[in-house]
Amino acid sequence: MNDEVVFSQEFEVEGGDYVTGGESSCRILEILKELAFPPAIVRRAGIAAYEAEMNIVMYAEQGQINLTVTPDRIVIVAEDRGPGIEDIDLAMQEGYSTATDEIREMGFGAGMGLPNIKKNSDDMELSSTVGEGTRVQIVIRANHEGTSSEAA
Amino acid sequence: MRLEEIVEAIDVEVLVGEEWLPKREITTVSACDLMSDVLAFAKPGILLVTGLTNSQVVRTAAIAQLPGVIIVRGKRPGADTIELARKMQVPLLSTSMHMFELCSELAKIGLVGTGSG
Repeated sequence: MNDEVVFSQEFEVEGGDYVTGGESSCRILEILKELAFPPAIVRRAGIAAYEAEMNIVMYAEQGQINLTVTPDRIVIVAEDRGPGIEDIDLAMQEGYSTATDEIREMGFGAGMGLPNIKKNSDDMELSSTVGEGTRVQIVIRANHEGTSSEAA
Repeated sequence: MRLEEIVEAIDVEVLVGEEWLPKREITTVSACDLMSDVLAFAKPGILLVTGLTNSQVVRTAAIAQLPGVIIVRGKRPGADTIELARKMQVPLLSTSMHMFELCSELAKIGLVGTGSG
């Protein structure tokens, strides 16, 4: 495996900012396009990053997204200071959500976010401490096109 | 079908991205107000039909690399959303038709839903 870091950047994400929320993921999308990853890889990484970013916007006070790119893989770590997740198994179930009406009015909060991150990742690690925060690590292998969202 | 052909065939107004329409290829249509679901079922070539006008619609379309968005029921997105669509190169269209009427029109010209496409 080639672990040489070719790109690394950290993005700040503000909780509750529904207007600019998602900006970091759009920048990640642009960066991965510029690094010439295949469109299917860029889409999967973008979707996983955006879901993770919107989770910080919707549920946490504040957080960071860290993007690290090596020739072999894209690693996105989203870490927040917030309420944390009490039951991770339940949160991973499609359709389970603790979203507010405000979140639902934006078109989110359908309980698809975490399962969708898993679907678009080659490897996903989720850890959380109630009352402190949540950390999601997403790994997408650069040479692995995946099948989930690219079935067509 | 190219987005340009859809605009020629159906009564929709182009708010952003007239110049991108000839190159935007549409394979299926999703009528959806849940961006979570759009992201969960995203495939290349989906034309998104929605009643939402907020900035997250544009970001969802950009991230999922959708070729375009049609907003129904005559709603107008705010200047922020329009500006973002221009920046992210997401064609934004609008129609006074309601969701079902627009979908019927799209079906008449031969488009199919994402579930069957």
